[in-house]
Amino acid sequence: MTTKKTKWGALAAVGVLVIAFGWLIYGGLDSNVVYFLTPKELLAKGADGYDKPVRLGGQVKPGSVVWDDKALSLRFSVTDGTGEILVHAKGAPPQMFKDGQGVVVEGRYGKDGVFTSTNLMVKHSNEYKAPKQGERPAEMYKSLMKSAGT
Amino acid sequence: MFPDSSKSFDPPKPGLWPAFGLVSFLFFVFSQVFAVLTSPADLMMGHMQKMWYVHVPAAWVTFLSFGIVLVASIYFLVKEDERADLLAASAAEVGSVFCGLTLMLGMLWGRPTWGVWWSWDARLTSTLVLFLIYVGYLALRSFVEDPQRRGQWSAAVGILGAINVPIVWMSVRWWRTLHQLQTNPRSLSPEYLRGLLLNVAAFTLLTIWFIRRRYEAARFESAAEHAAQKAALGDNDG
Repeated sequence: MTTKKTKWGALAAVGVLVIAFGWLIYGGLDSNVVYFLTPKELLAKGADGYDKPVRLGGQVKPGSVVWDDKALSLRFSVTDGTGEILVHAKGAPPQMFKDGQGVVVEGRYGKDGVFTSTNLMVKHSNEYKAPKQGERPAEMYKSLMKSAGT
Repeated sequence: MFPDSSKSFDPPKPGLWPAFGLVSFLFFVFSQVFAVLTSPADLMMGHMQKMWYVHVPAAWVTFLSFGIVLVASIYFLVKEDERADLLAASAAEVGSVFCGLTLMLGMLWGRPTWGVWWSWDARLTSTLVLFLIYVGYLALRSFVEDPQRRGQWSAAVGILGAINVPIVWMSVRWWRTLHQLQTNPRSLSPEYLRGLLLNVAAFTLLTIWFIRRRYEAARFESAAEHAAQKAALGDNDG
């Protein structure tokens, strides 16, 4: 027979465990520890922002993409409308990478003002649009790579 | 002991459930085929968008299943009705499978769209935590022998773990994430909406049926457990 006392004792014990577990997990997701910084926020850090592992998020500035297919070197600017940071990445970008696309890059912001990316991620919006007349889905990437590569 | 454990076992009756299962399955097949055939390639991601018709409904029934765990757990603690505990356990088992499916499909989708299988953003992390809560809930049940205490402990975990469901849902608004915001009817072409709504309905029906089937099995398991206990006690008394 379980008494009322042990029932509430068990409840309290599990409660403490779950709260502790939750606190540990979500402590790391606190609003102070954000998933990525915008260019404006990273620039505002000044010297504190240099050479630390950080994620930078924003839009690929239209017209800023320079792709060297021999060296597999990709350069572009990430902007949030106010701030702007030049990013240097190695390797071919994800398929959906293009002008104006939201991106998150992992890497370090160097003293030379260039953000060296070790990991380039494309942020997809919650919009799903059927192509209009004349637009061809998923082939724009190829044309971008073709035009940027030569 | 449970108030009703002294009564003879009244097995759950199939009733219309086999028909419900058959209709749900046929509706599911129809919804998937309909969605794949009627939706044009997405402007941004082409036919990868089709992943959506499984990923989103699977995520939805993951939340739904935990909702059932929550309600059944509260009912169990208030009424001490063992059947509510068995329903919660069945929903948790089904929910954990769909939660795992959501995570795996998300990773398969993330690689070609985001460029990475995984990233520790708030949506992905909180969904993984939800999966761990599901698994923890099921593991806890297998560790506790006494059915009444098992019910109480797991009900506590079921109620507290449910806090995570709104966190997963709102994570894309509360924190900056790699995962996109929730889709709403304004953010997509109407060609995509019908297929999604159909599949959400189909997954809901299938999930209800899966939980019902698991619940029926759980009732038989529990009856066997009680019979074994009674036999053991009878032997001790000599």
